[in-house]
Amino acid sequence: MRLRNPTREIEMPGPALVSVLLERLELNRESVLVIRNGTIVPGDMRLDDSDQVEVRPVISGGAFELRATQVVIS
Amino acid sequence: MKCVVCRGPAVIDVRRANANFCPDHFTKYCRDQTSRAIHEFDMLSPGDRVLVAVSGGKDSLAVWDILLGLGYAADGLYIGLGIGDYSDTSGNHARAFAESRGLHLIEVDLPSDYGYDIPTGARAARRAPCSACGTSKRHLFDAAALDGGYDVLVTGHNLDDEAAVLFGNVLRWQTEYLARQMPMLAARDGFPKKAKPLVRLSERETAAYCIVSGIDYLVDECPMSVGNRHLGYKEALNTIELQSPGTKSDFYSGFLRRAAELFRSAGDIEGELTGDLGHCERCGAPSNSDLCAFCRLVDRATATQRSSQGGGSGDGRPEGAGAAAPQPVTLRPRSPLPRAAREHTNTEAEARR
Repeated sequence: MRLRNPTREIEMPGPALVSVLLERLELNRESVLVIRNGTIVPGDMRLDDSDQVEVRPVISGGAFELRATQVVIS
Repeated sequence: MKCVVCRGPAVIDVRRANANFCPDHFTKYCRDQTSRAIHEFDMLSPGDRVLVAVSGGKDSLAVWDILLGLGYAADGLYIGLGIGDYSDTSGNHARAFAESRGLHLIEVDLPSDYGYDIPTGARAARRAPCSACGTSKRHLFDAAALDGGYDVLVTGHNLDDEAAVLFGNVLRWQTEYLARQMPMLAARDGFPKKAKPLVRLSERETAAYCIVSGIDYLVDECPMSVGNRHLGYKEALNTIELQSPGTKSDFYSGFLRRAAELFRSAGDIEGELTGDLGHCERCGAPSNSDLCAFCRLVDRATATQRSSQGGGSGDGRPEGAGAAAPQPVTLRPRSPLPRAAREHTNTEAEARR
């Protein structure tokens, strides 16, 4: 699965849990999926420096303010 | 985090079900929830010919895939809306899904088949783009299902869609709309049977289903839906859901079980529920006026389109205004899809039909 159309890219220190990432981004976990290296991951998954991470909004029916976000763990 | 079924590594938590799933058991969970909805609301019967309205997004591709996995014979219907790159890309996703699985996809293109696009239609009708889009799609969905002899028209509306619409209708006590908000509407004169098999799945779950199933869906949202009111309702409900998992499901399922029937008599706003409608004198579609909403939109939009392309009669009226619309004029049964409607199929799909 390709990671497509990230409209913003951010860096954050790692390693970090998915749940922590979402808290730092102030995102509701009900409204997004976190995809690591092409696979969705649950809230307790640890994200490491080498991971390609996409936070993908799942709300449809309107242009969602948060576009797909690519996260660089550093 | 481990799968509650097999204890293997989980990829998703479904808090309202107090469960975590691995990819295989999450797929089974989605199919089971869909199957429950189908049986609970008598949506489909074995052997039904099903037409799935496909946008290229996660919900419509997920429901098509799930129905096939459950053993239903389902074709797809894609409508090109003429919304620039968005429509080009969405069509590509729908076609790629169909072609990769050897499925039959019917295509209708508003600009080439009816002479207008959604941005023009919205300007002509002086309404929000979503309104012109909804009018166009509802008419063409119904026409395609009836013309193709399908038993059921399926759409990809999910739990979040239905809960958000319900929330909005309750906030304003729009009882006439509450009466119509059912996951299955039986066939009536001029209307096909309609079903929403994904009403037991949230859109986070339908998106996850696509990812674990390798379905390449269109992630971007329609650029014309900026400011859509229901998006705010969804976010409000998700804020509540975060604090109290299961609230969305309880809200919607509770309405269906305990409240929907109370509104039945309040809302036959267009006679759709009772079949108490006349017919459009041009296309034969059910209508409470001489011309149905779709034919009126076609007239206005094509006149606007011609006017914007430099036409004009010099008397202030656009060239051709008031003339017959470009699509074939037929009386009942309602007009078929335009002859230009294209079908993408392969040998296997053709044999199945």
